Amino acid sequence: MGLAGFEVEVQRETRDGGLATEDMTLSMGPQHPSTHGVLRFVVRADGEVMKEAIPDIGYLHRSIEKIAEKVGWHGFMPYTDRVDYVAAMPCNQGWAMAAERLASIEVPKRGEYCRVIATEFSRIHSHLLSVGSMAMDIGAYTPFTHAIREREYINDLLEELCGARLTFHYMRIGGVGWDLPPAWRDKALAYIKRFEPLIDEFNDLISWNKIYTERLANVAVVSARDAIDYNLVGPNLRGSGVKYDVRRDEPYSVYPDFDFDIPVGRGEMGTVGDCFDRYIVRIREMKESCKIVRQCLEKLPGGPVIAKVPRNFKPPAGDCYVRLESARGDMGWYVVSDGTAFPYRCKIRTGSFAAISIVPKVSRNLMIADLIAVIASLDLVAPEIDR
Amino acid sequence: MAGADAVGGERLMPALEAAAIHARLRARFGDAIGDLAGTRRDNMCATLAPAKIVEVCRFLKTEPGLEFDCLSNLSGVDYPKRSVIQVVYNLYSYPHRHLFTLKVDTPRDNPVVPTLSGLWSHADWQEREVFDLLGVVFEGHPDLRRILMPEDWPGHPLRKDFVEPEEYHGISTSRESLLKA
Repeated sequence: MGLAGFEVEVQRETRDGGLATEDMTLSMGPQHPSTHGVLRFVVRADGEVMKEAIPDIGYLHRSIEKIAEKVGWHGFMPYTDRVDYVAAMPCNQGWAMAAERLASIEVPKRGEYCRVIATEFSRIHSHLLSVGSMAMDIGAYTPFTHAIREREYINDLLEELCGARLTFHYMRIGGVGWDLPPAWRDKALAYIKRFEPLIDEFNDLISWNKIYTERLANVAVVSARDAIDYNLVGPNLRGSGVKYDVRRDEPYSVYPDFDFDIPVGRGEMGTVGDCFDRYIVRIREMKESCKIVRQCLEKLPGGPVIAKVPRNFKPPAGDCYVRLESARGDMGWYVVSDGTAFPYRCKIRTGSFAAISIVPKVSRNLMIADLIAVIASLDLVAPEIDR
Repeated sequence: MAGADAVGGERLMPALEAAAIHARLRARFGDAIGDLAGTRRDNMCATLAPAKIVEVCRFLKTEPGLEFDCLSNLSGVDYPKRSVIQVVYNLYSYPHRHLFTLKVDTPRDNPVVPTLSGLWSHADWQEREVFDLLGVVFEGHPDLRRILMPEDWPGHPLRKDFVEPEEYHGISTSRESLLKA
C-alpha cells in the first residue's frame, strides 16, 4: 500500500454470491487534533476495526542534527529547545551534558541543582499537557482546562527563571544561564505546596472515572519484553511494569542526592502495560517530581551556577553517548567532536521516535477510536519524532 | 529468558566492565573484533567488519551473562576523509545495566550493512533513518524506505558533501536575509 494519498484498496471477495466487502483506507492527519503536532497515520480498516495503522512521519523534520554541524557548540543550544518544545529543559540539559562530557567540564553544584529544578518543572508541565490532552482526546474536556491552568503557573515560574515560556534556552555548556531570581525559591515552594493536592483532585475528576478507565483498560497492551525490544523508554516502559529510570539506574547530575520513587504500571484497571497504566504512571510521576523539586529547593547549595567555559569552545576529538531522563524518558545523545569549533555529528535518539514505531504492532484489530487513546497514552510529540 | 522478569522485579544481575565484555567477544570471535577503544564508560567500543555484525550482535543478545536486550541507539557518521560511513550501535542490557558500543565501517561509495531488524525491532526504524539521512543500505531490511525526508528528495542530507537543492517542487529552499539594508 502506498503512503501517498487516499487511494482506496478495493478487495472484492465474492464468496458464493455473498456481499462484497471493501477495506477502507483512511488518512488520519497530518492535521488532526489528536495527533499533537503534525503526523499522519494511514489506516486500513474493515468498518470500524483497524487492520493496520502505518505512521507517516517527517512533517516536522527541521534537520536539527544537520544544523548542529553548522552552528557551533554554544550556538546549538537554542535549537535543542526545538527538539521537544513541550519539555525543552531536558533537551538543553542533554546537549550541555554531551559537550561537558567531551570536554571534561565539571558543573558547579548549584548549577546542577538549578538544572534539576528546571528539568523537573519541565517534566511536570509536559506531563500535565499529556494527561490533560489525553482526557480531552477521549472526550472529557474539563480536565484539560485544569491541567492547562496549572501548566500556566509553571510557565510563569519558568518565565521568571529564564525569560521564556516554552523554548527556554536556560542551560549553558558548563551550567545554567542565570541564578534563581530573588524570592523565586519561596514562590516555587509555595507552588509545589499548592500543586500536590491538585493531583489528587485531578484523579478524582477523571482518573477513576468509569467511562474513562473503560476506554483505556486492556487497550494496546505492551509487554515488558516488547517494550524493551522496541526500545520504549520512560513512562511508556514503566507502564509495562519495568522499573527503570535513568535518573536512578544510570545516575547523572545530582539525582543521587534525592529520594524519590519510580512508579510502574500494575495493571490496576486491566492488564499491565495497557493505556491506563501508561497514563497513571505519568500522574504519579508528577508527584515524584514535586518531591524532587522540594528537596532540591531545601538543599540548595551556594556558589556559582556556571563553570568557566571558553567562548571559543573546542572539545577534544572523541565521541560520547549521553543518556538522560527527559519527560518522554531515556533520551540519547550521540555526539562526535573532531576537535574543532563545530560538532562533527550529533544524533538525538528520542523517546517518541521509538514509541511511534510500536503503533503498527499494538493497533492491530483495535477500533479506530482507540488509535486516539494509543497515540495519547504513548505521549507522542511530533517535533521530537522528526527533529 | 531471564530478561523481562529480572527487569520487572529488582533481581538485577551483575554488570560487566567493557573490558570484560570485549574479552568475551574476543574469546568467541578472535581477531574479527577490533581492539577496545574509548576513554569513558559511555564510549567504550570495538570496531568490526559489516559482515560479522549480525553474528556478533546475536551473541551479545543471547549469551548468558551479557544479555544485551536493547538496541539503545543506532547512528551513522560520515567520514569523507577516510572515505567511509561509520554505523554506530549503542547496546544496553536492562538485566545487567551494562553497555557497549560497536562500530562498523562501510565504504562511502557503496555503503551496505546487514540489517539487525531481526534481532531488535527498534533497529527497523533506526536503520530507515540512517538510510534516509546517510544512504546506508541495510541488506535484508523488510521495509527500507525514506522516513523523515520526502520520498523524492535527492541525496542524503547528513553526508558532509550534501548540497541542498535550490528548490523543491517550485518552493525555494533559501531566502534573502531580512537584515540586509
